[in-house]
Amino acid sequence: MNIVVLCKQVPDTYSERRLREDGALDRDASDAVLDEINERAVEEALQLKEAHGGAVTVVSMGPDRATEAIRKALSMGADTAVHLSDEALAGSDAVGTARALAGAIGTVADVDLVLAGNEASDGRSAAVPAMVAEVLGLPALTHARQLTVEGSTVTVRRETDDGVVTLTAELPAVVSVGEKINEPRYPSFKGIMAAKKKKVATLSLADVGVDAAQVGAAGALSSVVGATPKPPKAAGEKVVDDGAGGSKVAAYLVAQKLI
Amino acid sequence: MSEVLVLVEHVEGEIKKSTFELLTAARALGEPSAVIVGGPGTATKLADGLREYGAAKVYVAETDSAEFLSPQVDVLAALVGRLDPAAVLIASSADGKEVAGRLAVRTGSGWLNDVVALDAQGTTHSVFGGAWTAQATANSAHPVITLRQGAVEAVAAAGAGAEESVDVAPSGRSATVVSREPVTAGERPDLGEASVVVAGGRGVGSAEQFAVVEALADSLGGAVGASRAAVDSGYYPHQFQVGQTGKTVSPQLYIALGISGAIQHRAGMQTSKTIVAVNKDPDAPIFEIADFGVVGDLFSVAPQLQEEITRRRS
Ligand SMILES: Cc1cc2nc3c(=O)[nH]c(=O)nc-3n(C[C@H](O)[C@H](O)[C@H](O)COP(=O)(O)OP(=O)(O)OC[C@H]3O[C@@H](n4cnc5c(N)ncnc54)[C@H](O)[C@@H]3O)c2cc1C
Ligand SMILES: Nc1ncnc2c1ncn2[C@@H]1O[C@H](COP(=O)(O)O)[C@@H](O)[C@H]1O
Repeated sequence: MNIVVLCKQVPDTYSERRLREDGALDRDASDAVLDEINERAVEEALQLKEAHGGAVTVVSMGPDRATEAIRKALSMGADTAVHLSDEALAGSDAVGTARALAGAIGTVADVDLVLAGNEASDGRSAAVPAMVAEVLGLPALTHARQLTVEGSTVTVRRETDDGVVTLTAELPAVVSVGEKINEPRYPSFKGIMAAKKKKVATLSLADVGVDAAQVGAAGALSSVVGATPKPPKAAGEKVVDDGAGGSKVAAYLVAQKLI
Repeated sequence: MSEVLVLVEHVEGEIKKSTFELLTAARALGEPSAVIVGGPGTATKLADGLREYGAAKVYVAETDSAEFLSPQVDVLAALVGRLDPAAVLIASSADGKEVAGRLAVRTGSGWLNDVVALDAQGTTHSVFGGAWTAQATANSAHPVITLRQGAVEAVAAAGAGAEESVDVAPSGRSATVVSREPVTAGERPDLGEASVVVAGGRGVGSAEQFAVVEALADSLGGAVGASRAAVDSGYYPHQFQVGQTGKTVSPQLYIALGISGAIQHRAGMQTSKTIVAVNKDPDAPIFEIADFGVVGDLFSVAPQLQEEITRRRS
């Protein structure tokens, strides 16, 4: 089974995240890592490969330093990677991202399954995988907390706030995984060393056959036109509980007309 | 006036509150038309409620197709092609975002996601857990807008609600539904919709002791939330997690019990109107954003507060 895993490099959530004046993410303001949820997608791909054979290809779209995130996925055990990197991609919106990723997936031969995270920790659009499926004309099985492949049929338990839905489709298909799908493995020392020698194909938009006018800031169907930081919330009153702390909160809430 | 399509969110014959918010927000852009996609017989239960919130038209697409979310995308795409609406409004839920994203790809529309306010000029977004506000515009016709639940207050307005049925054809390449297990709505209000949220953290100490958090929430008619540490420790179920990887809530009142206030937790609650925190540690970062903080043991402060509330209410 040939599996593509969509991996995104994101700003580390432990560091401060900022927007630039033009509304784009200020990537220099924070460290960059492979998104946690994508480690779970890689883990799921590796487990499927262990059970069914085949190859795992990482596909990532992002600036040069996205290679660090790609290496992390390779050191976990993925076989090869495609890194789509092109200046014309800067400023892509979700539709542009989906078009570009679909192009990059198209360069991988005989793909049976595309795995992704259900929601990136930076953009949080939580829809790119389904949008990629839409571009490719494939079924989308999203927010999976459990995934099984039997023959050419994929079945997913999809969990969201609204409950659990069991979905099924014929391969090829796109599946996005949720936080509870598995516990990702740590790369071993051997894995880290091996990753250094694995092949990463760095491709441009022309290489993947996507028109530059359809992506990036030029093709963006929506644009951020302004961004302002909210003044930080100031600390209010603080009391030390002297046995009447609860009553003091009640008095405060009454004064605020909240009770 | 141009039409604005609103996808109706419904569950078991009930319109979700988010739909009324969408119908209210849609009026800033044009005349709201509700779009119902559901099983046979769905529309009769929903149409009246939609009229009460200003739906001028109600498009009804009833199907017993087992295709997952594709009927919604297909119907909206067909209506967009036929009506050239000013915009399509969809709730910013898991399903809503998925329909919106796919629709945007299908119709070549700009997608404005997780919007907290909108007018004819564009949309406002609250990002990084409310730390930043951003303005956006669409560069395409009929943009798809997903509106954050609770961001706009639903206001009733009479609408003609003329019904028109729409055909749905199976798309072929879609995932199909094998079975559904909806979450059983509890006694408490929905976490995303509640005007009061009482949340517990690792400081609550155990699943049993979360009863203290629940009791305070119930005295205020509020929802219960939890920090990730509380969820990871098995004190409370995952769907109640507040924060960057959980829910974003913005209630009138947020009470944090035994929560340190890590940046990822704050990302999900710092836009709450009033924040009250109880923590043993005077240096806990939650106090930096609390309007009223008590340095103390939650097991004495919370029950005392609950008693006061119950006494005042009786
Ligand atoms: C990528 C990522 C995403 C994350 N997403 C989220 C998220 O969505 N939501 C989230 O909450 N966290 C999230 N976290 C985790 C976050 O960093 C913190 O670890 C977490 O919020 C801590 O939870 P806590 O405050 O309950 O626990 P702690 O930090 O352990 O704090 C417990 C607090 O309870 C106090 N306390 C103990 N006993 C009592 C008592 N009897 N009375 C009063 N106070 C008491 C202590 O003084 C302490 O301040 C995320 C982390 C990462 C890396
Ligand atoms: N630039 C990207 N490169 C690779 N994968 C991506 C990219 N953007 C989004 N994805 C995939 O889509 C998932 C959901 O992202 P999002 O829809 O942006 O919340 C991520 O976890 C990734 O698997």
